[in-house]
Amino acid sequence: MGSRQKITVDGNEAAASVAYRTNEVIAIYPITPSSPMGELSDAWAAEKKPNAWGTVPQVIEMQSEGGAAGAIHGALQGGALATTFTSSQGLLLMIPNMYKIAGELTPFVMHVAARTLATHALSIFGDHSDVMACRQTGFGLLASGSVQEVHDFALIAQAASLASRIPFLHFFDGFRTSHELAKIEELTDEDLRAFVDETLIRAHRERALTPDRPVLRGTAQNPDAFFQAREAANLFYNACPGIVAATMDRFAELAGRRYHLFDYTGHPEAERVAVLMGSGAETAEETVDWLIERGEKVGLLRVRLYRPFSIPDFIAALPPTVRSLAVLDRTKEPGAPGDPLYLDVITALREAREEGRTSIDPRVVAGRYGLSSKEFNPSMIKAVFDNLREDKPRHHFTVGIVDDVTHTSLPWDAELDIEPDNTVRALFYGLGSDGTVSANKSSIKIIGEETDLFAQGYFVYDSKKAGAITVSHLRFGPRPIRSSYLIRRAGFVACHQFDFLDKLDVLEAAMPGGVFLLHAPYGPETVWDHLPREVQEQIVERKLRFYVIDAYKVAREAGLGGRINTIMQTCFFAISGVLPRDEAINKIKESIEKSYGKRGAEVVQRNFQVVDAALAHLHEVPVPAAVTATRCRPPLISDEAPDFVRRVTALMLAGKGDLLPVSAFPVDGTWPTGTAKWEKRNLAADIPVWESSICIQCNQCTLACPHAAIRAKVYEPAELNGAPEGFRSMDYKAADLRGLKYTLQVAPEDCTGCNLCVEVCPAKDKANPRRKAINMEPQRPLRDAERNNFRFFLGLPEVDRARIQRLDAKGSQFFEPLFEFSGACAGCGETPYVKLLTQLFGDRLLVANATGCSSIYGGNLPTTPYTTNRDGRGPAWSNSLFEDNAEFGLGLRVAADKHREQAEELLQCFGGGIGEVLVSGLLHPEAGEAGLRAQRERVVALRDHLRTVSGPAARRLEDLADYLVPKSVWLVGGDGWAYDIGFGGLDHVLAQHRNVNLLVLDTEVYSNTGGQQSKATPLGAAAKFAVAGKEIPKKDLGLYAMSYGHVYVARIAFGAKVNQTVQALMEAEAYPGPSLVIAYSHCIAHGYDMVHGADQQRLAVECGVWPLYRFDPRRVADGEAPLHLDCGTPKVAVRDYMKNEQRFRMVEKQDPVRFRHLLALATQVSAQRFAVYEQLAGIKVPRLEGQSEDGFARPPVPLPPPAVAVEAVKKEERPA
Amino acid sequence: MDLSTTYLGFALPHPFVPGASPLVDDLDMVRRLEDAGAAAIVMHSLFEEQITREQLATYGRLMATEESYGEALSYLPEPVDFHLGPEEYLEHLRKVKAAVSIPVIASLNGTTDGGWLSYARLMEQAGADALELNVYSLATDFDESSELLEKRVLHMLWSMKSAVSLPVAVKLSPFYTALAHFARRLDDLGADGLVLFNRFYQPDFDLEALEVKPALRLSDSSELLLRLRWLAILSGRVKASLAVTGGVHTAEDALKAVMAGAHVVQVVSALLKHGPERLRTLRQEVALWLEEHEYDSLAQARGSLSLQRCPDPAAHERANYMHILQSWRGVGDRV
Repeated sequence: MGSRQKITVDGNEAAASVAYRTNEVIAIYPITPSSPMGELSDAWAAEKKPNAWGTVPQVIEMQSEGGAAGAIHGALQGGALATTFTSSQGLLLMIPNMYKIAGELTPFVMHVAARTLATHALSIFGDHSDVMACRQTGFGLLASGSVQEVHDFALIAQAASLASRIPFLHFFDGFRTSHELAKIEELTDEDLRAFVDETLIRAHRERALTPDRPVLRGTAQNPDAFFQAREAANLFYNACPGIVAATMDRFAELAGRRYHLFDYTGHPEAERVAVLMGSGAETAEETVDWLIERGEKVGLLRVRLYRPFSIPDFIAALPPTVRSLAVLDRTKEPGAPGDPLYLDVITALREAREEGRTSIDPRVVAGRYGLSSKEFNPSMIKAVFDNLREDKPRHHFTVGIVDDVTHTSLPWDAELDIEPDNTVRALFYGLGSDGTVSANKSSIKIIGEETDLFAQGYFVYDSKKAGAITVSHLRFGPRPIRSSYLIRRAGFVACHQFDFLDKLDVLEAAMPGGVFLLHAPYGPETVWDHLPREVQEQIVERKLRFYVIDAYKVAREAGLGGRINTIMQTCFFAISGVLPRDEAINKIKESIEKSYGKRGAEVVQRNFQVVDAALAHLHEVPVPAAVTATRCRPPLISDEAPDFVRRVTALMLAGKGDLLPVSAFPVDGTWPTGTAKWEKRNLAADIPVWESSICIQCNQCTLACPHAAIRAKVYEPAELNGAPEGFRSMDYKAADLRGLKYTLQVAPEDCTGCNLCVEVCPAKDKANPRRKAINMEPQRPLRDAERNNFRFFLGLPEVDRARIQRLDAKGSQFFEPLFEFSGACAGCGETPYVKLLTQLFGDRLLVANATGCSSIYGGNLPTTPYTTNRDGRGPAWSNSLFEDNAEFGLGLRVAADKHREQAEELLQCFGGGIGEVLVSGLLHPEAGEAGLRAQRERVVALRDHLRTVSGPAARRLEDLADYLVPKSVWLVGGDGWAYDIGFGGLDHVLAQHRNVNLLVLDTEVYSNTGGQQSKATPLGAAAKFAVAGKEIPKKDLGLYAMSYGHVYVARIAFGAKVNQTVQALMEAEAYPGPSLVIAYSHCIAHGYDMVHGADQQRLAVECGVWPLYRFDPRRVADGEAPLHLDCGTPKVAVRDYMKNEQRFRMVEKQDPVRFRHLLALATQVSAQRFAVYEQLAGIKVPRLEGQSEDGFARPPVPLPPPAVAVEAVKKEERPA
Repeated sequence: MDLSTTYLGFALPHPFVPGASPLVDDLDMVRRLEDAGAAAIVMHSLFEEQITREQLATYGRLMATEESYGEALSYLPEPVDFHLGPEEYLEHLRKVKAAVSIPVIASLNGTTDGGWLSYARLMEQAGADALELNVYSLATDFDESSELLEKRVLHMLWSMKSAVSLPVAVKLSPFYTALAHFARRLDDLGADGLVLFNRFYQPDFDLEALEVKPALRLSDSSELLLRLRWLAILSGRVKASLAVTGGVHTAEDALKAVMAGAHVVQVVSALLKHGPERLRTLRQEVALWLEEHEYDSLAQARGSLSLQRCPDPAAHERANYMHILQSWRGVGDRV
């Protein structure tokens, strides 16, 4: 079958490789962790790579997983070989079609990187909860546990599905397998052709819907027919396990790797057996081997084909000696008698015994492990076997956590290490931006493909986007590597960022006598003295060999900035000696050529240069006999932090969240806000420093700051008493608050150093315009002083909100941000809008947040950025799903409206008893900040009064009184939500008369999952799934929303017109109906330095691709045109905007002719659209009959509460 | 009228050549230039910055966000046919070469003696008939002496000459301490042509924004004078062919340049203003002038007013300066 090559790939690529080559139609939608399968397919199709039969598959991105499933269903009915990839909630959206596809006995394989379903929280990590939600659909479920198995099973599933007509869901563990890099044998095209029977493909095509052989499918059936027809497919399910087994046998003949429906490994006379599936079985096999070597009679039964579940095969696979079984599920079904695999095993054993197939009668205990990629390592498996040995083993146990609430968990020995000595284990701590993971992927490929060693790479990423920490786990050795868990003992530890030593226990896993490689800004003579005491202790006690290199120096000299990947990679090979040094360097260079060749010869040359220079800068540091440091690692969390933050959050921050017991956690996913401020990340090399003599107090810097790390306050001069030395202030210049002091203050440890504030600062030193009113200066020397200043600044009183008369860009910035220090990218274009929302409406803000970047930086633990003011009020935030955010937010609105309505009814019922003035005030509060304050005071007065009244109605009104203060409901999300997956819901919500505000943070791409095109992607931009540049113009969501007539619509871009941004948000909030605000959000997925984000926003507006406007239906009542354009006629060429961004540039670089065409088209389309807006802005429309000044024809005013209710309340009402 | 000339070893029917400009970015325009009778085509420059900075910036930009966040290991697609800088230029060079039958001179523009020079070889492979090395440098480094600066340029020429077997012209700026001596050193090192002079982007100030903004204005005939002087000085003293660029707008300008010693007259601003057909007009007007003035050929006029041959050599030198100064009466003195 031709010569098969060894390749080093991850699980996603292993699956996609076969899926792509054995299919014709691929419908996809991005979702973590399966997105790379779709992206690879798209990339291969873009480069015209054919499938096994010589044709290039059609790859189509849909608007949701539901859409992908529908498209696949259609393609299958059309007789095509089709596939898709998904995970988690995406898989759930496919379920309706899965029933159909299975019900129609359609050959089809989908590949699922199994991921946790969102319950009390979202998690991107792996378990089987998504797959288990599909076991009733009629799909075959085939589990693979390693990267090689993923590759093999992708093919076995394809062949078996065609043969059995049962569709298959082939799954593997998200991240653990989907993102694990391993050396595997690649199946050739010839293998695929030989293995997939073309007569079966023909049979599939012959069943296609075609007018040439017309049939009807998808009928509706009545009670007389449905049941029997449903049973008619039984034969196919009965035959399926046999077909899969035969296919596996055939595969063994083809490739030499033998699989069974249930694979038993272990002692032939095992008494204790564990049953599980997925990657955990790899670790279990490794552990079973180790236990057998130590004389234990244990075994492992791997479930490969979970559906259809073959009881005979299951029974046959079990050793007859088995006395106890532990069935391990990687999912949780609360309330069930047991988790799914356990229930199936119980059923199988019972049935087999009753039917006389077996006499074995083992004790069966259920266990749960590994939810959301929780570690599952040999010591935990040993704990499972130890439990089975007990007379009364713990039943329905958990393993891998400490359950101190319901006491389900098994204890395990954290020190147990069963890995063979000849497996080299290496750990690397790096920053996302320094290239550590890329270097390690390259190293694994070099070792995997250039030596006979087996190799494995696994990478732990951060959920923060700015300053993300990565930890790479590399193993290689002469034996196949089955260790599907993190490295806990490493012979080689590299720390690629010196500052990590103060944050993380990087040497925790270092083995005695091992190597520690540190990238530090110090030489071999001085580095020791800069280490914290804890690190010195570890080096001395464990007798580590200690190497240091100043890699930044090498990179800087070569003009490579912060990319130190190839330098550190060279050091790794040089020290580890896995390859002869010269050979290693040659291989690194080959890898550089391969990876960067496309990025240009200069990039290659400079990387060669640093590889050659690296070793001259690498020094072994003589380790003193004793620890000398007096400086200890600083505490991660301030002592002033709340108890919960110190007990729980601090451990998670230290990377030790696994140690937290169940009791530490909220039971329902409810977390306190205001925790981000306790995490001092110190990411910025440089921070802004205020030059008050130049400052014009415009506050543009604070508005643009994505992280609320630069703030302005005005306050009475007397407040300066006790200010730290060096705290700066100046007289406030504006007339409305004359006499106050003004301070602009940086949060030195929370700033990410993105420079956006300096870039937007309009004030320049007239004698030296290079200096502005804020300038970046090194953080380290300023850190302590500015920390004190910031603390003092926070203690200054907040401005009286009612005193800010002009709520423009400047005035709004005196309001306290209640969204701060998020994990968003440095220079993020979304967060300034979110922060502004919290400044304007934060103390009465409800946020429904669609899944995406904003839900991750908004709600990903360990710390979250939403916070409270001094009264304890602040945004209440939640994320429901990706697809339903508009509906979810509408629900919040309806609830708040209902509460308010009921409170108003009760108020009217109580009537004069409360006081006419108070009731009237409460029912008709004034607008604006003063009105809000007055209303809050009235609510206090109402409560005071209600305390004197007894009866349930008074209590009800007490419960609801706060809803008399208007709540501001915002539905926030990205363009993926608004334009694509959530569009149907968004449309429906806009079509209501509810007072909801939708803020679309439009990055024009799926940012969070890595830059896939959405319907917001502009014409001419390259994105994933639009590699050659998008040909269709961006959907005009605003114009569409205007068509309703009653929707307030605005398009904003803070970098272009900051006052319009504030004005639009204020108007949207004040508008009593639905409002849609579409905010230009620059994004790293646009491919340029975010420091220029605001400039690009301005260019986007000036060239006409992003016209600013406000469409306010209220203007109709005034006889004005509802649309008001807030920008002039385009005065810049579209090209001048596009040329600065890589997403456009790369289209030009690929195909200049095509780019010119797309550019011309983009220019024309933007001119066309601008012309439409210009005309619309001149159109006055007749007022509707009954249209009020607030914009739309309202339904009749609600009636007062029925008399009977009034009477009831009156009866209840009596002095308490 | 015989307008023929030789430049960089090529026998050309006349001296008019479109200089390095955005005109050649468009293949249709390239064909129009040939149709209008261009004797050769000078490609726009491939800039050192294009080669290195864009590559490095893209590298930094794209790579800095890769492999750091579990949900998005990258943010932009990775196209197969993705070329950064030179490949695109080389591809265009190939197309230009295929589109026309006249010599195509590719141009490399840079300031440092770096790896980017290796693109000379790629230009040769892509079909360039000759190369123009555009030494775009301002001596702003306080630590670099004029000697070092010149050495750097000489080394760049040497690197390029060693890399290719094509003729190489050096496009100079007028800002050298000892231009004549420097020209001779270039000549000695084998420069096949000298192109006088580069026109720099010159900074302009935005008074409102307190910013310095680069600006490029089209040339006018007044810029020719500086070039005439140096052509005249170099003419006959170097083996290299001489080309003028900057300030030729009319037939008179062209005739002056030739009489100062130019073998080739590069025209850019005039073409940008009036279109490629301007080439034809210039050629016809020059021919007409020569006929009217009873010249046998353009060659007869070449260098006739150079320092070596002109009736009053001092006019090219300091005396000229003195004379004009003395005759200057100032605006207010007009009687």
